Amino acid sequence: MKKILFTSTALGMAAFAAQAEEITVMSWGGAYAESQIEAYHKPFTAQTGITVVSVDADNPAVPVQAQVEAGNVSIDVADVEYPDAVRMCDEGLLEPIDAAILPPAPDGTPAVDDFLPGLLLDCAVTTITFSTIFAYDTTVFPEGPTKIADFFDLEKFPGKRGLGKRPRANLEMALMADGVPAAEVYDVLSTPEGVDRAFAKLDTIKDSVVWWEAGAQPPQLLADGEVAMTTAYNGRIFNAAASEGKPFQVVWDGQIQEYDLWVIPKGAPNKEAALEFVKFSTDTQRLADQAKYIAYGPARKSSAPLIGLYKDGKTEMAPNMPTNPANMTNALGSNFEFWADNNKDLEERFNAWLASN
Amino acid sequence: MADTSPAASGTAPLTTSDGRPLRAALAQAQARSRRTAFLLVAPLLVFVLLTFILPIGQLLVRSVTDTDFARNMPALGEWFDANPAGSPIDESAYAALAADLKAAKANKTAGQVGERINYDVSGSRSLFTSTARSADKLEPPYKEALIALKPGWENPALWQAMRQASNTVTPNFFLAALDLQRSPDGGIERAPEEKRVYISLFVRTFALSALITAITLILGYPIAHLLATMPLRYSNVLMIMVLLPFWTSLLVRTTSWIVLLQSQGVLNDILVSMGVIGDDGRIRMIYNQMGTIIAMTHILLPFMVLPLYSVMRPIPPSYVRAARSLGATSWTAFRRVYLPQTLPGIAAGGLLVFILAVGYYITPALVGGAEGQLISNLIAFHFENANWSMAAAIAAILLIAVLILYWVYDRLIGIDNLKLG
Repeated sequence: MKKILFTSTALGMAAFAAQAEEITVMSWGGAYAESQIEAYHKPFTAQTGITVVSVDADNPAVPVQAQVEAGNVSIDVADVEYPDAVRMCDEGLLEPIDAAILPPAPDGTPAVDDFLPGLLLDCAVTTITFSTIFAYDTTVFPEGPTKIADFFDLEKFPGKRGLGKRPRANLEMALMADGVPAAEVYDVLSTPEGVDRAFAKLDTIKDSVVWWEAGAQPPQLLADGEVAMTTAYNGRIFNAAASEGKPFQVVWDGQIQEYDLWVIPKGAPNKEAALEFVKFSTDTQRLADQAKYIAYGPARKSSAPLIGLYKDGKTEMAPNMPTNPANMTNALGSNFEFWADNNKDLEERFNAWLASN
Repeated sequence: MADTSPAASGTAPLTTSDGRPLRAALAQAQARSRRTAFLLVAPLLVFVLLTFILPIGQLLVRSVTDTDFARNMPALGEWFDANPAGSPIDESAYAALAADLKAAKANKTAGQVGERINYDVSGSRSLFTSTARSADKLEPPYKEALIALKPGWENPALWQAMRQASNTVTPNFFLAALDLQRSPDGGIERAPEEKRVYISLFVRTFALSALITAITLILGYPIAHLLATMPLRYSNVLMIMVLLPFWTSLLVRTTSWIVLLQSQGVLNDILVSMGVIGDDGRIRMIYNQMGTIIAMTHILLPFMVLPLYSVMRPIPPSYVRAARSLGATSWTAFRRVYLPQTLPGIAAGGLLVFILAVGYYITPALVGGAEGQLISNLIAFHFENANWSMAAAIAAILLIAVLILYWVYDRLIGIDNLKLG
């Protein structure tokens, strides 16, 4: 349902977006879009007078690609994942963004050196690091799971499992749960035997899985008691726990880190204002501000020391960040080249696997 | 009436009062009214043409064409035309490839081309993009240069895939939608077992749609009969109860079923509190096939009830009474007298529900979990992944299957016997 709601809202609102002094920013909805509105959109409007219309999609890369190919673009800025940003840049669907125009760090370090390595692309600027983790309800498991292997252990931890309905992250987690060290996951997954092994591991819990599609769903499934554990984006679980008081606990073992980036679709109706927005929202202070509203790590080194408390004024943010050293003991960085090459093949197989009984 | 006046002679052609032949005047009047009728229908005709016929035609064309590769790799396309399948991949082929890759780099199309070949040979996307990145440095002899850069260029399967992709008209999407693929020697073979998905989903879609049609008929028939035979005062109230869900948003109804059926939901809670099932024995009624069947049956029920009602309403109750008075049991009276008269309604409702069910997308996506997915969900999947040709091929097969069913139906029951209300 969310998909339909989001898409229809997006289409409906996008239709009005082409007026002056207004830009349309497309993101992922829920707590994440909320954090961007608070940290970026509102201060931007206050400073420049340009209204920011926030619209949501399950994956903004999909409408962006469709709009550019159809030659009817209404989105000015979109928040997409790393593999999509690289792919769409390769395919000429995005406006280039020169890293030199981005503001330097407060101490004068140029943006190119201030951003973590690899996070500035020819046509995309990274804002945050997020991570796919699994979380559980502490009232269901007082002695909670601590390892990624526990997610696949139905005997020790009985109950339904929530998983994203796509191969990405699931296959990596399955291999890590099967004992593959994080550093070797993509080597193993590059072999046919490795793929078989990952699917065999997923087979062991297939009958207990509830599949989710939008990022806002897993906290809901967990809150409804529909699943005992679920994979999710860490910030969504943090927000449900910190602001709604849900008894959710994140397990960092086996976390998979990814990035979100701003892109400007080719032919964006308000390109100049869009560039201003990207410059404004990716300065040191704005990126640190976003961490006040959601537990995603900022892409600039200079933002890290500025991270303080959650908006409730008492929760320390640092321990809830995917990049916190204590959370990194068994962490995997998602390999975009691998997924750009193999996504089609693995999604086909994943669909067939889902449909078979 | 001038033409019937005594002044008109018996042999001369009949004329109007102003002297024109009656036949021509009549034809002109009829042409005028035909033109008016056509003009009145014209907006609808244009609308249907623009929003229905044209897109469907475009979709059918898309399902057999694929220009991504041919458009962006012209030199290689020429080489494939000049050298039939089986000719050795020599320096001239690699030179054409290098020229195309250089152009692809300039036009930023390497990703698009690589994506296309990636459909057939997994892993070739990065081969194209990374080679294109350093394409400007390529020097003759290109064969050695390219293979030294990326050994993957030597793969015969890759060249086979590129040869196929250079044809803009291709049956490959239809093959894939039927779980078939090209074998290395150019023949057709079944896809590997772990990738077969479409045939079983087509079968599931038609089986579930038939089941849902049967359930709506069983549930809807008594309701329609009740509606048709009750005094108008009461039947109006009942009719509103049938129509109310019909007027409610599809999404609201579907999500209501989630609230009712989920394992911590209303229905399970009631069963647990009544002691029918234990707390750990909660029944899984949603996110599986059962969820799809329950929600779709509810949503499609009005489409069965309304045609049935409109057929049942004018049937005089005296027919059944006559049958009973002549000695028929109530079952015989129903079977021999009442049921045959309602057949047009059953036919219409059945066809309507079945065709709607075959194309249903939102409800199975929301409540169907993995095993309750229908073929439409895969069409949506391919659209979202920008593989429009594949989505079009599946949709075309679905369209053809429905048309065949419609034809069979017409032969068996006759489309004239349909009564939609």
